[in-house]
Amino acid sequence: METWWRALTFSLGYNTSVVTLGAMLLAAAAGMVGAFVLLRKRALVSDAISHSTLPGLALAFILVGLATGDGRLLPALLLGAAASAALGLWAVQAISAHTRLGEDAAIGAVLSSFFAFGVVLITVIQSMAVAGQSGLTGYLVGATAGMLASEAKLIAACALGLLLAVMVLRRDLLLLCFDADFARTQGINTWRLDLIMLLLLMAIVVVGLRVTGLILIVALTIIPPVAARFWTDEPMRMVALAALLGALAGYLGVTLSSVREGLPTGPLIVLAAFLLFLVSFLVSPRRGVLASLLAHRRLRSRVHLRQGLLSLGRDEPIFDDLTLALLRRRGYIRRDGVPTEAGLAAARDAEHEEKLWALYRSRYPDDALHREHAGLVPIHEVLSPDAIMALEAQLMGAGRAAR
Amino acid sequence: MSEFMMFSLVPLTVAVIISMTCALLGNFLVLRRQSLIGDAISHVALPGIVVSFLLTGVLASSAMMLGAGVSALVTVGMIELIRRLGRVEASAAMGVVFTSLFALGVLLLEWHGASGVHLDVEHALYGNLESLIWFEGTGPGALVDPVALADLPPQLGRAAWVGLLVAGLLVVLRRHLVLGSFDPEFAASVRARPALVDLLLVTLVAIAAIAAFEAVGSIIVIAMFICPAAAARLMTNRLGRQIAWSQLFAVVSALLGYVLAGHGPGWLGFDLSVSAAGMIATLAGLILLGACLFGPRRHRTGAATAA
Repeated sequence: METWWRALTFSLGYNTSVVTLGAMLLAAAAGMVGAFVLLRKRALVSDAISHSTLPGLALAFILVGLATGDGRLLPALLLGAAASAALGLWAVQAISAHTRLGEDAAIGAVLSSFFAFGVVLITVIQSMAVAGQSGLTGYLVGATAGMLASEAKLIAACALGLLLAVMVLRRDLLLLCFDADFARTQGINTWRLDLIMLLLLMAIVVVGLRVTGLILIVALTIIPPVAARFWTDEPMRMVALAALLGALAGYLGVTLSSVREGLPTGPLIVLAAFLLFLVSFLVSPRRGVLASLLAHRRLRSRVHLRQGLLSLGRDEPIFDDLTLALLRRRGYIRRDGVPTEAGLAAARDAEHEEKLWALYRSRYPDDALHREHAGLVPIHEVLSPDAIMALEAQLMGAGRAAR
Repeated sequence: MSEFMMFSLVPLTVAVIISMTCALLGNFLVLRRQSLIGDAISHVALPGIVVSFLLTGVLASSAMMLGAGVSALVTVGMIELIRRLGRVEASAAMGVVFTSLFALGVLLLEWHGASGVHLDVEHALYGNLESLIWFEGTGPGALVDPVALADLPPQLGRAAWVGLLVAGLLVVLRRHLVLGSFDPEFAASVRARPALVDLLLVTLVAIAAIAAFEAVGSIIVIAMFICPAAAARLMTNRLGRQIAWSQLFAVVSALLGYVLAGHGPGWLGFDLSVSAAGMIATLAGLILLGACLFGPRRHRTGAATAA
């Protein structure tokens, strides 16, 4: 606990602090790009990209190992990973654009066959006399424990660069996500922009390999944006929030993993992100489960109350328990079910409202369609006083004509 | 010959059976554009197995399979829950769930890694096809010798049972499945129960993935769910022929992959053998590549063929 607090306050040594900052920057950049990719409905493309880094990673390790005797050279490994990820990305694009297969099949095929080839190469490495073999497994599930400060600085610098690139491109990317056709009429080359977006995603995946491992970096590009989507409907805010949530997950995950020797960083970052998602999923005031549940209950009690009052007005018996309880709680009926003065008045109001709404619906059916639950909310909350006056007049006129 | 019987017959048979089973199911996954559910399920087999190990304390196959099965169902349930209640797009919901559960699995595994259990992430990913040795398989006579047959690795029997189960259920359900794959609304209108069939398909995928996972690792499972069926889809417009093609591709990649992994490097002059599971999956990918380039039905219906 105390170690965690020291990690949280950046007082656990220079190395840990650099790693923490690097992971936060990385996760923030991943969240931003991920938000655009999510809006473009291609969330799982990052899964294909991350798995297809493995053969390049292994190949770079073999080449560097043959040349120097130790395969662990971060820039070379990242370069190799980027090259094979680019190939995988191109394969996904080509398969889904030029054949009848869907993007899901393209993603699955690319990720499994590239990863499998990487596994083959790794078994080759295991039979080679090259040092640093155990370092390679760190790229599968991530490890920041043995990270050099120079490595952490490289990652942080790349992450910062990507963050800036996303900020510069954000308007174009947004246009692409929401209305690709309109973007095309504005002279934007959408094909190239799509490519740039995926290349940014790829860069983040590659840089993140060392931190979370190639399987879990996917999570950083998906979970924070999905969580951010719960809190806002405004895209730019969502992008910013995704970056913020990502950074928070990186902060919590890295600091937690420094508490004890051997705690893996990647899984902790991902689980921290999932926790943030879970909180958003449950309690977000707009789209959260709790909010939906409350809204549902409110609607139900409104329906029951209105039906109960209408029944009171028509002097019909009420049997539904919920309706009775609602009427009793508002003092509209006594314990034995006999309506009170207030209840009768409310019933008359309800009947009048119902008539006004019915008239409104028959006069302006198109407008009524656009109002949510038209007929259940008090009419003066929806229509202007003038409109209600007009309806009242029509209602009186209709009543007189009928008589 | 006896060397082949002892070291290669069982892995080869298991690889072929599992590849065929996965490819069979894969046909429907690819048609329904649900290919990635196989990916998700084979990722979450890891946490299921780890949790069942932590609960029971033994590495028994039955407990592990049960754990993996439960985690597969939990995954499908969570994906549906997040998709419906949170109004999140299906693929994103899938991404959230399987990465988080996989992270949980890795965390639990590393946490208990110190206790020296033979269970690690690499094993789960690559599988261990080469370890399925039949010690009693000393010659062709062992094939009819009940004592020697009793010594067959249990993974072979399980793979065979799962293969039979999947094939049998698909034969029984073929009309419902085909209907639901092409036109779910029509299927619902004629009471073909598309939702129920969906769930059953996912369950079968989970069963196949778990049986395969134990013997050959998850990477081959994902490849076999998708690559042969996708390649077959580019060969023909008829479902029956597509299934036949996918089975052919699965068998070819399993046999050729196994042989290449064992002997390929030797032919090139290197004294080593590479991961058989990895090689099989790589070959499946190469077959798909070939189909993408030369398959007679590779273009979308209605797309300009000259393009």
